Amino acid sequence: MTMSKIRIVDLYKSFENKAVLRGLNLEIEAGETMVIIGQSGSGKSVLLKHIIGIMKPDRGQVFIDGQEISAMSDEEIMKQSRKFGMLFQGAALFDSMTVAENVAFGLRRHTSLAEDEIRQLVKTSLEQVGLRGVEHLLPYELSGGMKKRVGLARAIAYSPEIILYDEPTTGLDPIRADAINCLILELKERLRVTSVVITHDMNSTYKVADRIAMLYDGRIIETGTPEEIRRSASPVVQQFINGQAQGPITEW
Amino acid sequence: MEKQIWIPFFSTFFCQLGQVYELAVRGFRAIFQKPFETRNFWQQLEEVGANSLPVVSLTAAFGGLVFGLQAYLAFHRYIGPGSESQGGPIIAVGLCRELIPILVGLMVAGRVGSAMAAEIGTMKITEQIDALFSLGANPVKYLVAPRILASMIMVPCLTLYGDVIGIFGGYAYNVLLMKVNKTLYVQNTLKYFEMWDISVGLIKALVFGLVIAVIGCWQGMTAEGGAEGVGRATTKSVVVASITILILNFFLSKILPATL
Repeated sequence: MTMSKIRIVDLYKSFENKAVLRGLNLEIEAGETMVIIGQSGSGKSVLLKHIIGIMKPDRGQVFIDGQEISAMSDEEIMKQSRKFGMLFQGAALFDSMTVAENVAFGLRRHTSLAEDEIRQLVKTSLEQVGLRGVEHLLPYELSGGMKKRVGLARAIAYSPEIILYDEPTTGLDPIRADAINCLILELKERLRVTSVVITHDMNSTYKVADRIAMLYDGRIIETGTPEEIRRSASPVVQQFINGQAQGPITEW
Repeated sequence: MEKQIWIPFFSTFFCQLGQVYELAVRGFRAIFQKPFETRNFWQQLEEVGANSLPVVSLTAAFGGLVFGLQAYLAFHRYIGPGSESQGGPIIAVGLCRELIPILVGLMVAGRVGSAMAAEIGTMKITEQIDALFSLGANPVKYLVAPRILASMIMVPCLTLYGDVIGIFGGYAYNVLLMKVNKTLYVQNTLKYFEMWDISVGLIKALVFGLVIAVIGCWQGMTAEGGAEGVGRATTKSVVVASITILILNFFLSKILPATL
């Protein structure tokens, strides 16, 4: 039996009496791109933060390569964090640092490379996301799309095994959004990474997904290939993917 | 009815006290763990120390002047003309033990504690703290530890500097302005004023430094709810740190012996 890259078992999490995740189960295989769809505020980001170990579950387990990350101490998780690269929703660039320092940050922490090797890798990572000559700029001098690309360069610089994307296309114009989708596909081909994308942008979902999982009411209610999801018998899934206000989902 | 108001109040209070304590312990422990965040530490030394010099200079100078003024008046009115030089040691002891550590503590809380809350709070709501974590940097070690250490070093340094300025302020008012006998004033001061008086002030400053950094970082790390939340955290960090400093000051004065 092959081991899943990421396995989430019966995950529960609440915030101040509001249950966000209620017994969530999900398995993600090595090398695939799993897109998790769901409404805003349905707990997609919370799920992502559990995978990377930033949040600890109230109940349940998260396994990465068979190791239970949800039971590790902060120090142990720090050692695991090299496996992950994460693109945050607002890019989350460190605004006191230049683009180059941002991209080099993970390299400095996760590797013991020499300065000129780091500089070279920063340049290559930025080129991979289509940016040149921006190394010396500060985050506030960049447009929204550029910030996301720098955030992505920072996440891939140290060649992680798993890349997590938190709403990679939200807030971008359609052309830039598609450019990000192409980047996700390209990175998957080139680096053979496992990707987890959370989004509510269906165009993006169909373009990048190997499999799709729908998060609703704190659980994954359905997983399948884009084709299977399109043909889903679940009225909740149908309402969401077709973007209809009328249907079983009444809370919004 | 009243009981129902007090129970949530106390439970929140103790819950927050627990958070502050936990952050202080984690931050303190992280100071001694390798790799050291030297770059952040130097930055904070400059921010807490060097950049606070103008504010501390002004407050200490005017604190010393007004203390000198009141001591002069008190001796002149109640003991009699000619006794004003007795004020020297009172001014020096009062400044070093109480006024300067308090003034420096409050100024640094307003200037630096608030900046810590605002900076870390902004990082929190823009997910930069999560980004640190994902890139292999422990946020407590990277952000909190250097601030605690820098603050615990620099607040005593600023206090010592403030002591000098303040004592000179008191001297300037009495000797230079009111023509009190210079030799007697200095003699009296040296006769009663001890190293321990300075040390008491420095011990207090060390505690205040810890309080300012921990409360500022704690407010930042727990900020929620966008720009408004950061604003609230910033204000709260100043209010909470200032009140804590004033309360702790009394108990420290009470606990620390008058002389060694």
